[in-house]
Amino acid sequence: MSLLDFARGPAIEVALAVFTLGVMWRLISLLGLPWAKDRTVRRAGAPSDFSAGVSGFIRHLWVPKGFGMTSRFALINGYVFHLGLAIIFFGFVQHILFLRGLFGVSWPGLPTSVISIAAVVTLGSLVAALVRRMTSPVMRLISTANDYFTWLITTLPVLTGLLAVSHLGARYETLLAIHILTVAALLIWFPFGKLMHAFLVFLTRAETGVFYGRRGVKI
Amino acid sequence: MTIDVQAATRTFLAQTEEHLVSYLEACVHCGQCADACLFYRTSGDPRHTPAYKLFPIAKAYKGQKWPLKWLGLAPKITETDLKEWEELIFDTCTMCGRCTEVCPMGIDIASIVGQARKAWAAAGLGPADLFAAADNSRDHGSPLGLTAEKLSDRLEWLADDQEVEMQVDKKSAEVLLTVSSIEAMKYPQSLSAMAKIMNHAGVDWTYSTHGYESTNFGYLAGKSDIAKIMLNRIVDAAEALGAKTVVIPECGHAYGVMRWGAANILGRELPFEVLHITEYIAKLKREGKLKLKPYDTPMTYHDPCQVSRRGGAAADARYILEGFATDFHEMTPTAELNWCCGGGGGVQAIGRAADLRHKVFKIKIDQVEATGTHTLVSACANCRLTMDESKLHWKWDGGLESLVEIVAENLIDSTAKPN
Repeated sequence: MSLLDFARGPAIEVALAVFTLGVMWRLISLLGLPWAKDRTVRRAGAPSDFSAGVSGFIRHLWVPKGFGMTSRFALINGYVFHLGLAIIFFGFVQHILFLRGLFGVSWPGLPTSVISIAAVVTLGSLVAALVRRMTSPVMRLISTANDYFTWLITTLPVLTGLLAVSHLGARYETLLAIHILTVAALLIWFPFGKLMHAFLVFLTRAETGVFYGRRGVKI
Repeated sequence: MTIDVQAATRTFLAQTEEHLVSYLEACVHCGQCADACLFYRTSGDPRHTPAYKLFPIAKAYKGQKWPLKWLGLAPKITETDLKEWEELIFDTCTMCGRCTEVCPMGIDIASIVGQARKAWAAAGLGPADLFAAADNSRDHGSPLGLTAEKLSDRLEWLADDQEVEMQVDKKSAEVLLTVSSIEAMKYPQSLSAMAKIMNHAGVDWTYSTHGYESTNFGYLAGKSDIAKIMLNRIVDAAEALGAKTVVIPECGHAYGVMRWGAANILGRELPFEVLHITEYIAKLKREGKLKLKPYDTPMTYHDPCQVSRRGGAAADARYILEGFATDFHEMTPTAELNWCCGGGGGVQAIGRAADLRHKVFKIKIDQVEATGTHTLVSACANCRLTMDESKLHWKWDGGLESLVEIVAENLIDSTAKPN
């Protein structure tokens, strides 16, 4: 079995299984915890929990006016690499073929040049995030091994993917195999590290929206 | 004093509600909250970053879920952790909730700090003066020694001095008015001001010597048993009267605890409505029961965090000021985004926190001066005391006023008798 066969076969299959089961385990064990019942009387005219939850999610997409430029830089940079990752993952033709194999649905891809630009921008943005993490005293203090490892595990697929598409550094098959293996590593790490925030963000923002919403506060 | 690390760990792990654990698991360590925090903004000390304040409680949870727990390799809370974070959990967090607004994950850090304080209290570790305020409340009815007798004396004296008819322990009154001992001891005219407004509007109201102290230092100190005792005193008094409404005076956390906490802390719905005094005055104004002379002093309004950002009553204060305070200028930021005074969450009662608290107050001074006014009106006696002390510290010559008092001073026909 070649490295590419291994990557495409058992590696990615095991990784997908770990990802799916791991995420389910995390979510079920979280949602299965006791939910504190709020017995306080909702403010008259306060939105329903559902609508407060949705607006809580939307409101936290951006920082309110009046917060500093540091916040704004980190926020914009965060959007750049999140959107970059989404464009690469959902827009690249090869990825769409892979997703079609899994889910049976597909959509038109973006030109490879666009994907390459997105990948370069995403890499730059990830590096900027790392530099901020390593240089800001606040960020250095609050950063843990989980943060650095997650950064690495997120950056590697972008870097190896870009190398594979550009045929740089090794044979294409080898580069592709390495790329797929880095994706497998990301999937395996996903449920155990902070990548879970991709799911948790819906819970926490909505719950805070509900918490403040019933008080009649819009934050 | 021995520090009971086990008790702290048990207390952390006993709090496993879904929202709390989600919050702890969701933090991506992005550092956005630092900018929103008045303490970090003032000190520049990275340890004051709100997310960092949650590390011990997050560690306790992580330890519990750690895969190699059975080998004894899981992270454990240590005495050093508790000692190091004591200052971060008590002295440098007013639970103002400003960091929630900027958190991309929407984590409500203030709630977690409130929960975390219980673990420190269980361990027997925390600011002695804050803990004493809680114990005094349990043993003497109030953190500042306002016993029922002292309250009666004060009210009697105020009735004479301020020429206002007081209602004390009036049977079957519809509205139970509570006090904050900060007001009773330091700003007693707040008590007569509330009485004047109630009388003016013809409200059927009373103070009660059985349930009067609305501040809840049990809650602020993380001593849940005392928090319950304090709530029960007022709830029992209101139930004995059959009161329809309990009015919380100018005190932010007292409102937060009674309005948004009591039913959950006591585990049952309250048989009465809870309103902050500003909400009650706004209600009287809406009903056309307030006749006011215009208040012309150029002023700005400071939102108590627990009333506005975490209480939802920011609009009522504006409604009172509308058409009454003719020279009112909003500060920036304001309402739900406002900066805390620096003394909320019990920080006011922590002596060793005073230095940093005074520095924090500079933010407020700058905010007031930027409005071009020179008078700061608020609706929280705790904010007012914090501001008064910091004002003295900086020899700032700005004016400090209470919203309730300026309303009471400008009532037209304040001689109306109660029902």
